[in-house]
Amino acid sequence: MRKLEKLQNDSKAKTDEKVLLEVKNLKKYFPIKAGVFKRTVGWVKAVDDVSFFIRKGETLGLVGESGCGKTTTGRTILRLIEPTAGSVHYNGEDLLAMSKRKMNKYRTKLQMIFQDPYGSLDPRMRVKDIIAEGLKAAHIGNRKERYEMVKEYMEKVGLSPLYVNRFPHEFSGGQRQRIGIARALIMNPELIVCDEAVSALDVSIQAQILNLLDDLQKEFNLTYLFIAHDLNVVKHISDRIVVMYLGKIVEIASKHELFNNPLHPYTKALLSANPIPDPTIERKDRIILQGDVPSPANPPKGCRFHPRCWLAKPVCSEEEPPLVEVRPDHYVACHFWEEMEKQN
Amino acid sequence: MEGFVKVLKKLMRNPTSIAGLLLVLLFVAIAILAPVLAKPPYPDTPYQMPQNGWSSVPQPPSHEDIFGTTEGQYDIYYGIIWGTRTAFKLGIFVIGLALIIGLFVGTISAYFGGWVDEVLMRVTDIFLAFPFLVGVIVIVTMLGPGLNHVMWALVIFYWMGYARLIRGSVLEVKENDYVMAGRALGTPGARIITRHILPNSIYPILIQVSMDMATIPLTAAALSFLGLGAPVGYADWGQLVSFSRNWIISSSGGNPFAYWYTITYPSLAIILYAMGWNLLGDSLRDILDPRMLI
Repeated sequence: MRKLEKLQNDSKAKTDEKVLLEVKNLKKYFPIKAGVFKRTVGWVKAVDDVSFFIRKGETLGLVGESGCGKTTTGRTILRLIEPTAGSVHYNGEDLLAMSKRKMNKYRTKLQMIFQDPYGSLDPRMRVKDIIAEGLKAAHIGNRKERYEMVKEYMEKVGLSPLYVNRFPHEFSGGQRQRIGIARALIMNPELIVCDEAVSALDVSIQAQILNLLDDLQKEFNLTYLFIAHDLNVVKHISDRIVVMYLGKIVEIASKHELFNNPLHPYTKALLSANPIPDPTIERKDRIILQGDVPSPANPPKGCRFHPRCWLAKPVCSEEEPPLVEVRPDHYVACHFWEEMEKQN
Repeated sequence: MEGFVKVLKKLMRNPTSIAGLLLVLLFVAIAILAPVLAKPPYPDTPYQMPQNGWSSVPQPPSHEDIFGTTEGQYDIYYGIIWGTRTAFKLGIFVIGLALIIGLFVGTISAYFGGWVDEVLMRVTDIFLAFPFLVGVIVIVTMLGPGLNHVMWALVIFYWMGYARLIRGSVLEVKENDYVMAGRALGTPGARIITRHILPNSIYPILIQVSMDMATIPLTAAALSFLGLGAPVGYADWGQLVSFSRNWIISSSGGNPFAYWYTITYPSLAIILYAMGWNLLGDSLRDILDPRMLI
């Protein structure tokens, strides 16, 4: 209990820090079209009323299983996909309400690292052109200055500047991801959305890239929105963690709080599914969820998790629990979070 | 440039592709050296085939006319040499223009999608609904015969294939993460199309172009054969074949193949030209497969 108190105090101290990005009621519905006339017959609610914020200098992990809307959330924030509704305030300005032209000016400050190190680099461009693409778009420097910057940043991400004239297919997956990082970093951004930035790499390379991201965060005072499905990776890099399920946020808490005191049944189930790489530890607290993830085109009424929840009561299928701050800096969307806390 | 060298190196490994390349280069050389190989008697109108007399009966190859003369005493050798230029002129003009229209329509329609795609593709369908040769003949009859009119008519009914091909290719390429990365970096739409999308989707088109370089002069030859193409006496392979129509088999008794040279030489030129481009296109298709290039 004392430990919990200390953690709460820790998170309280952090609360006062500046909020860099605030996402409010973000929604993205994709239409389902059918028939000859492409009539809209329904909506896939990929992101449904999501609100959270990121503080300056922190790493916010965003976890959830495949198809829960993590990637869509990340892309909508950068307006790579136009949202259906909601707002994203960056330093007090709403990115989603801006004209496209004005948004393009903000693009230097908000960058993205992509999941697939093969698909995210144009196979017909040289490394120097790939990394300098953003500079060119923003009209920064002349050709020669850009070239010097490219070499400088290649060194920063651990690539030899001798490779500037090579094509992406001449690199390994890890090296390609470093190119992707250099491309984002050269714009001198404040926030980088890392969309499953390491999940396509093998474990030893994952560690290298995570350490690189960590070092760069310190050097450039970066803020990360780190989207991932691997809890170990998120645990390693994040300060706070957002858990999503079927387009909704179910829980937000600091890393330690979330791992030690998960207040949402889904979070608890997710944590229990996380393998511990030690065969001598016997697991007895494994929670196995029943059934499949429902379709986001036709989500269950009330709490979206109730068909698979072992705590579900009649109220869960009728009333949707709001996301509330139940402890300082610990938000949860569950009717019975107190029961969960007792179980913990 | 590096890619180009790579492609050339691969071309050199395969005997059929070498044959194709050599044939095409041979015809390019003939076209360029035409004034040297066959000196025009009237330099103002080099495409007009010279006539050695007025007899309608073809004359066999002689010292003066090494491939003989065809109906109307037109020099076959001269016609073939300058006809090469006509073939290239036709191919480059028709395919160039059709390619520009096709690239424009296909890229815009695939990149923007939605109603833009719908409208442009329905227009393409309308043009595709006309049978190709019939459509061309109608346009040429409307404009009047002549090589220029034939070229325009061919352009009007030839761009749709390119538009469709490039559309499919762009639809595939634009889903790649590097296109989204370009947008995330603030690259404007026009530059995304020219820097990311076109370089990655142009290869199937290049193969089609090299195949079509053979098809277009064949079609033009067919039109000339029907009398809709070049004016009488214009150096054009189709017209030479057209002249030989009455002399394929001799009707005056004696050796039925007495006038073999009237049909053999122009046909040989057409066959070799088409074969060269087809072999080249075929090997380009194997080489430029993006999975093999990377």
